[in-house]
Amino acid sequence: MPGKVRVQTVINGEQAEFLCEPRQSLLECLRDVVGLTGTKEGCNDGNCGACTVMLDDRVVTSCLVLGVEAEGARITTIEGIAKGNELHPLQRSFLENAALQCGICTPGFIVAAKALLDHEPNPTEDQIRLWLANNLCRCTGYDKIIHAVQQAAAVAREVAA
Amino acid sequence: MSTQQYTIVGTRPIRHDGVDKVTGRAQYGADLQMAGTLYGHVLRSPHAHARIKRIDTSKAEKFPGVKAVVTAADFPETPERMVDLGEGDTPLSYARGNVLAGKKALYKGHAVAAVAAINAHVAEEAAGLIEVDYEVLPAVLTAPDAMQERASILHEDLKTNEFGEQTSRVSNVSQHFRHTMGDIAAGFAEADVVVEREFNTATVHQGYIEPHNATALWNNDGRILVWCSTQGAFVVRDVTACLLDVPVSRVKVTPMEIGGGFGGKIPVYIEPVAALLSKKTGKPVKIVMSRKDVFEGTGPTPGSYIKVKIGARKDGRITAAQAYLAYEAGAYPGAMVGPGAMCVFAAYDIANVMIDGFDVVVNKPSTAAYRAPGATNAAFAAETVVDEIAEKLGIDPIDFRLKNAAKEGTRRADGPKYRRIGCVEVLEAMKNHPHYKAPLGGPNRGRGVGIGFWFNIGLPSSCTISVNGDGTVNLVEGSTDIGGTRTSIAMQAAEVLGIPAENVRPTVVDTDSIGFTAVTGGSRTTFATGWAAYEAAQDVVRQMKERAAKLWETDAASVTLERGVFSAGDKSMTFAELAAKIDATGGPIVGRGAVNPKGAGGSFSGNIVDVEVDPETGKVTILRFTAVQDVGTAIHPSYVEGQMQGGSAQGIGWALNEEYYMSSDGTMMNSSLLDYRMPTALDLPMIDTVIVEVPNPGHPFGVRGVGEANIIPPPGAIANAIYHATGVRMQRLPMNPPAIMEAIWSQRD
Repeated sequence: MPGKVRVQTVINGEQAEFLCEPRQSLLECLRDVVGLTGTKEGCNDGNCGACTVMLDDRVVTSCLVLGVEAEGARITTIEGIAKGNELHPLQRSFLENAALQCGICTPGFIVAAKALLDHEPNPTEDQIRLWLANNLCRCTGYDKIIHAVQQAAAVAREVAA
Repeated sequence: MSTQQYTIVGTRPIRHDGVDKVTGRAQYGADLQMAGTLYGHVLRSPHAHARIKRIDTSKAEKFPGVKAVVTAADFPETPERMVDLGEGDTPLSYARGNVLAGKKALYKGHAVAAVAAINAHVAEEAAGLIEVDYEVLPAVLTAPDAMQERASILHEDLKTNEFGEQTSRVSNVSQHFRHTMGDIAAGFAEADVVVEREFNTATVHQGYIEPHNATALWNNDGRILVWCSTQGAFVVRDVTACLLDVPVSRVKVTPMEIGGGFGGKIPVYIEPVAALLSKKTGKPVKIVMSRKDVFEGTGPTPGSYIKVKIGARKDGRITAAQAYLAYEAGAYPGAMVGPGAMCVFAAYDIANVMIDGFDVVVNKPSTAAYRAPGATNAAFAAETVVDEIAEKLGIDPIDFRLKNAAKEGTRRADGPKYRRIGCVEVLEAMKNHPHYKAPLGGPNRGRGVGIGFWFNIGLPSSCTISVNGDGTVNLVEGSTDIGGTRTSIAMQAAEVLGIPAENVRPTVVDTDSIGFTAVTGGSRTTFATGWAAYEAAQDVVRQMKERAAKLWETDAASVTLERGVFSAGDKSMTFAELAAKIDATGGPIVGRGAVNPKGAGGSFSGNIVDVEVDPETGKVTILRFTAVQDVGTAIHPSYVEGQMQGGSAQGIGWALNEEYYMSSDGTMMNSSLLDYRMPTALDLPMIDTVIVEVPNPGHPFGVRGVGEANIIPPPGAIANAIYHATGVRMQRLPMNPPAIMEAIWSQRD
């Protein structure tokens, strides 16, 4: 069996160190080694987006990143989106707009949508649809997700103004 | 259209489990972590049809880190009997055979053996060391091929049941049934226009984002504990107990949060395998399927070959309708052709009908329910022919449907006579919608309509409600919550109790902790478990009235409850005030509800869809989409809309892109979410919804069930839109670019 490698990262703002096999994906490390199971596995080949996390400033599908590649990186997962007890505007708007049904894709959508709003505070519907095209949802038909992102963007702009 | 008679029903509270689902705290099956857990991997057949001559597990067993290997030989010998799989009975040998193959592998991906090891990677490596000798047999992949006289036979013991009689004929046709009404020949003779078309639809998958998973512990006291993502914890309990030959009380199933199901998480696949591995190792064993396993090893919905013939008079009345439905069951009998036959002409009042249904086994994964199972295939065919007849008669397609619409008293060919239904109301809402009146400019564009029917089901549900001293209640139920049903159930209790929905705390519990509750399926959860909650709440009200009567020294019959206030004469008390006094007036109050309702009301659904077809590539773009559905009463309109939008999106995917793309030897060539092309956010427009409310007389709040009917009309409506854009009538699903180009080119020739 291959030896384990020590990986030092910052996860959701906290120093985090874990041991992983070289073949383990970042997704597997987050879920099975670190114990952050909010990031979901839907396909393990980069096509569904359920495992979306932020790696430094990039949106990545964590199933396509090796754990060892995260050395020195800042990682943001769904567990790091709320500020303490205060939900992020996207989390609130997903609830208010009924933008989830089974909820398995929700963590990935929220992480991806947050990256969009950080990058473009006033996205058009087309921009939202394009940005979120890597995240599959089989329950909602996306309608309410798009509305939720639009509402969160409006709320965030209001707060910023 | 809703009457404003309710306080809670019809409002849009935040779902109770919402915060956990937007913060990543909700525990889905794969999230379960237990000390000492072993990980399982299932070895699957590389052949679509093969005799299994020998399995040698010795090398795998010796592999470092491996703790156990199991095959079908590890199942106890049990006498043949019928097993309830949640939405129908099947022989035990078939149920067991699909979990681990016995003498034959019947599809590529069929489970053959399983390994438990210290981690999933080791288990996977070791599974590759299991040696299986296969004698490869010819594979049959479609219903028409499997029905041929000389077709390769899947089950040597399968004899055709014809019109309810068991024949001695061994074939791949498990069943041929027929529904007739009136005189079909006379009906066609009366027609001025007759159209007959044949259709082929591909196998498609439910496509839930969460793969199947299960953790099992065969405990030292002999109890078998299972944690999994399922639509029916009691089905998992009963089937697992049956396959392992133990009483049901020995198995406890805890339903974890579930990441989608759509019917595909009713069958049991890996739970008994994990249990067998746990029995051998004494440790919890967790199995999580890969996406490829989900495509190749779990139930898709049937591909089908369908013929539909409809005749109508010049005045627009349909005089006769005939359908031939041959559905692919996959490896074991049980294609959803029965429901297909029930639904194919269910939206119409037709005097003369004949419907033939064939349940045909083929070398593909054993099929499972998928949202209104069987109905979408059938409606695609029927709605396309209906559209063609309306066009030939020069009648507006909605007017034509209105002239023939089923209504209260209409009899369906399979027997039932409708109670109050909303078919006409749905069609009228479509006709009056601004979308239908809006001009559709531009070349290569077309508008289509289509409708569909799903009957919905009842089945048993249980619920208990206990009152807290602070005026809230705890609601305990057994229906897996796939799309917000904790809330739609809690709201019905809140309505009865006169308290806010937030003051009802719903919890879905394990099979030890609640009475039997059937699957979350058949659009039954808000209907039936909601009804159980209604009954439990009524029981609470009855007991609360007794307590009030005690306090006020009057009799319970004189106490009333209105909008959360109990009163008798000049005395009154809110629900919360009275709840604070339950200890002083006799102790805890627990209400219970247990129902097995028969009054499920059918739901009609309709679509208006605008498309643009690229004449160079055949790509179809959905420009505008409107979904209309009679839901009876919308308990939580946001989640009702969500069901309508989700069903529409799945119907659009089924119509335009999704299919099992099979090689001639039975290999699915597109078993990833890249190549099995489900709609993304970029592929769809906003989906407008119109909720029609014709209350179901068979439910206390008029609920019909909303989950399924919405997937039925999209393929037909889109096919009709494509026709109006291109002039070609599509007769196969999916209507992907190659299919459309082929149809356009063959029309030019």
